Amino acid sequence: MAATVTHDTRTTGSDQAFDKKTWMGGVEPMKVSYGKLMMWFFLISDTFTFSALLVTYGLIRYSYPSWDPAIFGEVFKFSNLYWPTPEMVYASVPFLHGINAPLIFVGIMTFILIFSSVTMVLAVEAGHRMDQADVEKYMLWTILGGLAFLGSQAWEWSHFIHGTETGTTITEIINGQNVQRTIFGANLVENQYGPPAFADLFFFITGFHGTHVFSGVILNILIFYRSATGMYQKRGHYEMVEKVGLYWHFVDLVWVFVFTFFYLV
Amino acid sequence: MTDHTHGTHEVGEIPPANTGVIWRTFWILLGITVVEFTLAYVMKSGGLRTSFFVIMTLVKAFYIVGEFMHLKHEVKSLIWAIVVPITFIVWLLTALLMEGGSIFQLR
Repeated sequence: MAATVTHDTRTTGSDQAFDKKTWMGGVEPMKVSYGKLMMWFFLISDTFTFSALLVTYGLIRYSYPSWDPAIFGEVFKFSNLYWPTPEMVYASVPFLHGINAPLIFVGIMTFILIFSSVTMVLAVEAGHRMDQADVEKYMLWTILGGLAFLGSQAWEWSHFIHGTETGTTITEIINGQNVQRTIFGANLVENQYGPPAFADLFFFITGFHGTHVFSGVILNILIFYRSATGMYQKRGHYEMVEKVGLYWHFVDLVWVFVFTFFYLV
Repeated sequence: MTDHTHGTHEVGEIPPANTGVIWRTFWILLGITVVEFTLAYVMKSGGLRTSFFVIMTLVKAFYIVGEFMHLKHEVKSLIWAIVVPITFIVWLLTALLMEGGSIFQLR
């Protein structure tokens, strides 16, 4: 109690000897709370992790030739000799079997994640107004969006792992002889769509992002539960919604980059 | 019970939602994504298309970080504390893409 009183006089009092610009305590450096600042610093470190993964994709992508009609034939087909064209790999949509729909499903996933980011920021806005009902409503929408995205990603992984109906025939040299073999789908050691590194990067980058979405959904459920039980209303502010919101927007931000560099370029 | 009545009392005092900026940002993000999509269908892949994609991705990142994550409205020192370390990534990107190109040459 005594500590709070001194804290108040130091920050709001007219004592000019206290320099608010120094980090001596009693004021919030950079005008954000400790928790929010630490969330920002965590997100910076996470930015580096994701950048390292995506830049590695760039490095390996550049070390392989890309498909060239003049060299590899007019019609694109999967081969481990060159890097695949993304719209040829991601061309399927659930319930539309056999229909060639390049990038449509990824587009839907992108829309889901951007929209869940919007509902998250609406929950933060409702928190500023101390509107418990609105926070609950928008947190539920955000959780739903996160789950929809995870489901889509599970379908995409499953499709990627099982592969196309025809598979890809590759030629291997075993004991000095050329042996032909058809492979279906992809795992960490072989890949029907292109060089094995392509599948490795797919699993690592979208998997690491999916893990972030998953933990984000868990955090969102926690925040929803705590706002539904009135914990933040009692506390007098909804700052936890903002902190978890920062994380959720970051997950959306990473997807924007994954979408561009993995699926579009 | 008193808690409950207190809660309903506060409901009357809730100010109306102010979501104009949020929805504007959403439409901008959606619009850019639709343009990216169209370019992926219409343009042939190459350096020009890639640079369009990179620019549009950075614009989207600006809106997500600036508006949704509210960084645009924070104090200057926080903005710089977040933005300056990002420049390291630019270096990493340049270095490793050159490295990749050189592996391609040697293969």
